[in-house]
Formats: sequence, C-alpha cells, structure tokens
Amino acid sequence: MTLFQSINEFVVRFANTNGTGSASANNMFAKAIMRMGLPVSAKNIFPSNIQGMPTWFEVRISEKGFLGRRDGAPELVVAMNAQSIEEDIQSVQPGGFLLYDSSRILPQRLMRKEINFLGMPISDICRAEYSDPRQRQLFKNVIYVGALAALLDIDFQVLKDLVSDQFKGKDKLIRPNIYALELGFEFANKQFSCPLPICVERRDLIGDRILVDGNTASGLGAVYGGATVVGWYPITPSTSVIEKFASYCQRLRIDPANGQKNYAIVQAEDELSAIGIAMGGGWNGARAFTATSGPGISLMTEFLGLAYFAEIPLVLMNVQRAGPSTGMPTRTQQSDMLTCAYASHGDSKQVLLIPSTPKECFDFSAQAFDLADRLQTPIIVMTDLDMGMNIHLSDPFGWDDKHEYDLGKVLDADDLEKASDFGRYLDVDGDGVCYRTLPGTHPNKGAFFTRGTSHNEYAAYTEKGEDYIKNMERLEHKFAMGVKRLPAPEITINTKAKRVGLVYYGSTDEAIPEAVSLLCEQGVKVNTLRIRAFPFSPQVASFISEHDGVFVVEQNRDGQVKKLLCNELTIDPASMCAVLHYDGLAITGQFIAESVQAQLSVQTDQAAG
Amino acid sequence: MSYIKPQFKHPRLQVNDLGLTHRDYEGALSTLCAGCGHDSITSAVAQACAELSLPPHKIAKLSGIGCSSKAPTYFLNNAHGFNTVHGRMPSVATGANMANRELIYLGMSGDGDSASIGFGQFAHVVRRRLNMLYMVANNGVYGLTKGQLAATAEQGMKSKSGEASLFTDIDLCVSALQFGATFVARSFSGDKSQLVPLIKAAISHKGFAFIDIISPCVTFNNNPDSNRSYDYVHDHITTAAVADFVPVKQEIRCENGQSDSEDICLHDGSILRLSRIDADYDAHDRIKAMTKIEQLKSEGKILTGLMYIDPEADDYHEINGTSDAPLNSLKQETLCPGSHVLKTINESFR
Repeated sequence: MTLFQSINEFVVRFANTNGTGSASANNMFAKAIMRMGLPVSAKNIFPSNIQGMPTWFEVRISEKGFLGRRDGAPELVVAMNAQSIEEDIQSVQPGGFLLYDSSRILPQRLMRKEINFLGMPISDICRAEYSDPRQRQLFKNVIYVGALAALLDIDFQVLKDLVSDQFKGKDKLIRPNIYALELGFEFANKQFSCPLPICVERRDLIGDRILVDGNTASGLGAVYGGATVVGWYPITPSTSVIEKFASYCQRLRIDPANGQKNYAIVQAEDELSAIGIAMGGGWNGARAFTATSGPGISLMTEFLGLAYFAEIPLVLMNVQRAGPSTGMPTRTQQSDMLTCAYASHGDSKQVLLIPSTPKECFDFSAQAFDLADRLQTPIIVMTDLDMGMNIHLSDPFGWDDKHEYDLGKVLDADDLEKASDFGRYLDVDGDGVCYRTLPGTHPNKGAFFTRGTSHNEYAAYTEKGEDYIKNMERLEHKFAMGVKRLPAPEITINTKAKRVGLVYYGSTDEAIPEAVSLLCEQGVKVNTLRIRAFPFSPQVASFISEHDGVFVVEQNRDGQVKKLLCNELTIDPASMCAVLHYDGLAITGQFIAESVQAQLSVQTDQAAG
Repeated sequence: MSYIKPQFKHPRLQVNDLGLTHRDYEGALSTLCAGCGHDSITSAVAQACAELSLPPHKIAKLSGIGCSSKAPTYFLNNAHGFNTVHGRMPSVATGANMANRELIYLGMSGDGDSASIGFGQFAHVVRRRLNMLYMVANNGVYGLTKGQLAATAEQGMKSKSGEASLFTDIDLCVSALQFGATFVARSFSGDKSQLVPLIKAAISHKGFAFIDIISPCVTFNNNPDSNRSYDYVHDHITTAAVADFVPVKQEIRCENGQSDSEDICLHDGSILRLSRIDADYDAHDRIKAMTKIEQLKSEGKILTGLMYIDPEADDYHEINGTSDAPLNSLKQETLCPGSHVLKTINESFR
C-alpha cells in the first residue's frame, strides 16, 4: 500500500455523535493547528437533531492558504461513532488513515486494504481511568486529540497552553484535561509509528489572524455598533448571534456602579414580534436589531414593508440556511437573496450588506446601525450557516476609537424650536432622507403619526395619486443616493485581458482563491468581483460589461443574485453564466473551477462549431 | 361635514396643572361613523390625560389596524403615534418601551386586532408586564371590512349577513387575567363616568393595565339582537365596584374601615378609590374575578368596572434590571467598549 504523504496540506474528518461534547475538543484541535502557524478552517456537518445522531467536523490544513471546503476524501478520519463507522471507513482516501476506537473488534468485512487502521481502545482506556460516565464521554474526545498530537506532530506544549487558556480561572479543570491529552499522546507514541506521513510542521503564516465564527462576530459587532434593544426568536443557524450578543453584553454592558443593564433583550413569542420589537426600538431612537433565518424572514416580511415605507431604522441579521420551507435547517445556502432584496408586498426594496469573513461580519453589523439610522430603513446583514456557525481564519476585529456613531437626521428640541416648518417626509436636503423626531422631544412641535398607509410630506394620511407618487419616487431616490454609503465591491484583477470574470458574494469567498488558482493552472486567468451590498454599486455594472464572460457563483438553485443583477442593472440574462451549488454543504474551489471550465469549453465548442 | 377642526379656543376654558385646556388633548377630527363608540373612548382618553395633567408629548400612542386603531389619530395631537400592522401593536410597543421607559404608552386596539390576528402578541405583551395601558375598543365586529363577526362575538350572535357565530367567544378580560395582567377592567364607551377614572387609574398603574371597552358599532352591530348594541349593554351591565380616581397630592381620607370601600395606592402616589356594589367583590383575587365574569355572562349580564389590580406589580424593566436612564439616551461612550477591549477579545480567538 502506498502511504499518503503530505506536510501541511491535508484534511482531517472527525466522526462523532451529536451531543457528546466533541465540539470543544475538535475546536481545540483546529486552534492548535493555527497556533502552529498554519492556515486552517473547519466545517461542522451536523444533523437537525440534539443528541445521538452522527455529526462530522472537517478540518482543512492548507499551507497554501486554501480554506474553502475541499472536494474528495479526507486523508485522516477519526472515527468515534459506531453508528457511522462503515461510512467513515469508506470515506478515507486510499493511502490515508483511520483512527478508531478498537475497544470492540471491527468486523473483517469492513476492513479496507488500501487504508491504514490505527486502533486505539479509547473506550477501554476511559473505563479504566474514569468512573463517571459523563467524564468517560467527555475525556474520550480529549484523549483522541492527544493521540492526534503525536500522530500529526503537533507540539504538545501548544495543546497544554490551549487547555490553560480555555480553562483560565477554572484551575481544577486544567490538570485533568492535560492528563487526558497525555493519555492519548503516550498511547499513540507507543503503539503507532509517529509522526504519520501526513503531519504538520511549524510555519509562520497566520500573523495576527484569529479563528472565529461569523455569528460571534456579528453579535460582537452589534455591541460595538451600540445596539441596545433586541427582539428575537430562536432559529438555527442564527440563534448564536443573539446568544453571543447577550454574553458580551453581560461582560461589557452592565453598569458596575449599580448593576443595571444598558440593554434589553426580549425573547419574543415569534419572529413577527421579534422584528416588531426591533421596529419599536428603532422608532423610539434606540439602536435595535433582530436575527433570524429563512422561515423567520418569511414571517418578518410584512414588518419589513412597514419599515421601508414608514422609514424606520432597524437591523436584521439573516443567517441563511437551505430552504424552501423548513428546508435543511442545519445546512448552508444563499437562497434568501431575492426574498430579502424585495421583501414585502408592493414596490419595496431593502438594503443588504453581505459580509464574507468574520471581520466583515463584525464591521458590517456595527456599520449597519449607522446605515439604518442614516438611511432610515432596515438594513439586512446577509450571512449563512457556513459563515455564521463555522470557524474561519479572519483578520482580527478592529475599531477606530475616533469613529462617531452616525445617528442620522434626528431633530432635537432646539432644532425644532428654530425650525420654521417640520414635515416628517419633507426632502429638505434633496437626498431623499428626511428629518425625523423622537417621541417626547418637544411639547408642541415635531409630533407626527407613523403609518404604513400612504402619507404626504407631513405624515398625514392621503390617497392622492400625486402625493403617493412623490413619496415613492423619493424613496427610490433615497436608495440611489444611499448606495454611495454602502461597502463597495472588492475587485481583484489577475489579467488585463479581462475575458472571464467571476462575480460572487458572502461565504463563497473562502473557496475563490483555490478556484482562481485551479483555473489559472488550466490556463484560464480570471478577474473577480465580490459583491458586498445591495443595491448594487455602479462598479458592478462596469465589471460585468468589461468582461466577455461573467460567471455568477452562488449557493442556491435559481441563481438569485444573477437574476437580481439582470433586473436591477438591466443586463441581458444570456450574457452571464451561473455557477450554482446547493446541496447544503459549502461550495468548493474545485466545483467552481470545474463548472467554469466546463461552460467555457461548451462556449468554445459552440464558437468553433 | 368639515374635515378641518377649527383652531379657536374659548378664552375661559378650564386649564389643568400644566396650564393646558382639554383642547390641548384633542387630535384630528374623527373620520369614524357618526355615533361610533370609539369616538367616546377618544374623548375619555383625552379627558383622562387632561385631568391627570400629563404632558401630551410624553405620551406614545400606538395601535394596530382597524377602526379602533384609527382612534389614536383623534386624541393627543402633540403625541407621537404609530399605526403598526394588524394585531402587532404589542411588539412595537414593547420595542418602544425598551428604548425609552420614561414615556407613557397608550395602546389602542380592537377585537379583531387583539382577539384574532394579534391574540398571540396580546398574550405575550401581558406576560412581559410591559408598563402600558392597553385598551381594546370591543364591538364584536369587523367594521372596516364591513361587518364580519369578530372572535369576541358571543356564540349565536348574527353578522350583517345573518350568519350566526358558531363558536365560543374570547373574553379578553378573562384572557388578560390568565396571562397575568396586573390591572384588568371592563367598561362601556357610553359610560364616561366609569371609563375616565378607570383610564386614569390604569395610566397611573405600573405594569400592564388592560381595559376592555365595549364600544358599539353603530353601522354593523347596533341592532336589537346584538348583545353589543347600546340598548343591550345599557340593560345588562353589572358593575362590581365604582372606581374613583384621586390624583397625587390631593389629601387622602382613609376609608379602610368601611366595608364597602377601599383605597388602593397606585405607583405614582395617586389613589384608586373603590366603592363596592357587590359585597363579594375583591379586586385582589384573580380567580374570583374570572369566576365572576363567567358567572354573570351565563346570566346574560356583563360585568364592568375594575376587576383586578395588583398595585405592587413589577414591570418589565424592573424584572430585567434595565438602566434607569432610557436606553435611547445612552451615549456612545457608555455603549461602545472601544478598541482596547477589542484587543483582549481578539486574543481569545487565537
């Protein structure tokens, strides 16, 4: 048998059982790789279930820095779930390795000659070491991480430091965890020929980057953006946005003098209420938000129309999952793009921000509050399960202390006193954004009625056609003017020939460098444009028109952003190709490259034919 | 009919402690049908706020959709108003209240709004103990869509088209009691002497105050067969206790010794003085209140007046431990932890 050999370029897949505490051990493994100075990414592949079902965690180590999910079989599988062992054995790449629990002898029929079986009686070890069943379960995970340290040549001190950092302040937990790591490490060293032909070597490729999930970043961004009012309803995969926001608030937003909270988080009865709460908060001058996913978006749509029409600032974080309907709740997709862009009945349009890294989740979530206040409209931050719930290597979060919150056009009592005329929907500055007042500001000036029915410049109900048209046109103008404030697309020019352009957005970003590299190897040089906001910047239209072939890469079936581009920028749909991936797993660089290459070949054949 | 209200104020109009007349508590001219019970509620709200000397601009008036929800336009011109979406006023009121706990929140809703499309939101705003007055103008019928039966219409009640309601009605007072409201009353739009003190007490109550106001629909539900008609309500009303409201600072005579009356001290120091009509009545017994409502209903009677009060109740902000300063007044220096904290946070991800 040929042994698979690779230093710093391979994939390790952990097969676990949902609810057994494997997540923290697996994360510790990924973090250890990062602390070895190596680019690393991790994907959870988990079922919509609480306990007992098979769950996988896939770690990619790539010195080249390719951190999207990789196609093909992993080089090493850690098989800790008896239920999925057959599938896990089959999943190992020929020449690869399987670390498994050998407390029970594997049936002969499952053995494969072309892979290496590394048997470790981990259940037996735990039974001998721990009397408490829960401890047996938890330390099993730590023990196999210890074994991997020996097998892959991870510096053991790195793991010890990680444990010390993780349990800082809970010193009693440090020693037993290190002991469990040592159990695994020593067993592997004695029983196997360590290190394996796949292993890691220290590099210095990480710099100051961090390993963090997008939802943590979004929740933290909301803290920095000054959010104080939250209405929410739990839904996978957005729940941890609020949970992280809450936990940071507990640390950072409680007045030490009196223990009072500088925030209010209301777990509402449903998504309708969740966004209603955010809307009430925004109407009353607080920075307010909610977070949800697909089914929640459907429920929130009526309120989004009201917020658009009545011009109420609020922030909505949509962590997309596979739809339609309940879809695949724990699988990723980018399939709410159209729904969110045009959310609600009537002519309505919503501003979308589309981050691609945890750092952008942080930045865009914080900026969303400025934008919402400035444009007086909902701002929807569009992420997805892959971005939100998986850990990604990211630039560290940054905050400019000189940045001042932009509270937009709000008149205070003095302003009202000086003003000769106040009309809530009067376009005083010509930018489509009108001045608003907050309840309680002035005894007899500035009060108005907020309504979802048609209103004139003075917020009075009207059914006059000309008033309605004036208002609707101003709203359109406001959006056109507002585009300047939205994050510009990120354009990478690799070739001046400008023949092929890739347009993409969101979490797809992780797979792009590999796709570009693979295409380049095949002689196709591509330029890329990453969309970061809707309504689209004029640069998007220029990029598309300047390229002969444009591929819009998306993680949905219907090419939703391609449709949006055609619709909004008046582009002939036939002038762009779609690269669509929607099986619920994150898109890969190989998939993109192959799809582009295949379509280019067809075009060449057609041209030749 | 004129749609513009004259600006004229009689120079000798009575003024309150703030120097405001009742005209300062009015709103736009009503576009509801002439004789609509909701207009009487409007007038009662304006009178109550004027008599309490509330600064109109410190009131936020919120509603859903429907005839009832138009009503806030017709009172308190200097207050901000918000017509939200059908049945979802409670969540918007919640968010507004989270943002600024110092305003007075008046919610105006209807039977369709609260007992059907928004029943879930109604239940949960009660549970949240939001400090607000929630009024339902209850006529048992959908007015704006011209006469369909509401969920508060009693079984057998006939709609305009002659169809009888097949199902049990929802009694919003019983619901509010069960959901944990700490002030529950029912009144009749045609009885200002009862309604005005109840509104005053409800506004002064800290926590969730609910008043179900029977408000006949003159266009679709004022026929002799309807138990929501003026005549029927007049003939079948039973009052548990007559409530009178004694404002803060007014000298209080303690009448606790009398068996037929009770003074309840409200959060702001004002007094709700109850004179019992029914000797059995106890405004502090939630279960008895529910039983009494149901018992009278089975006799074809309607219990009005204050049914339940817990004057010691907490509101959401107290339960949550929210800052005394309104959240919308907190400045960036309080809210933003700054770059030095972010450095430490970044470290936790390495």
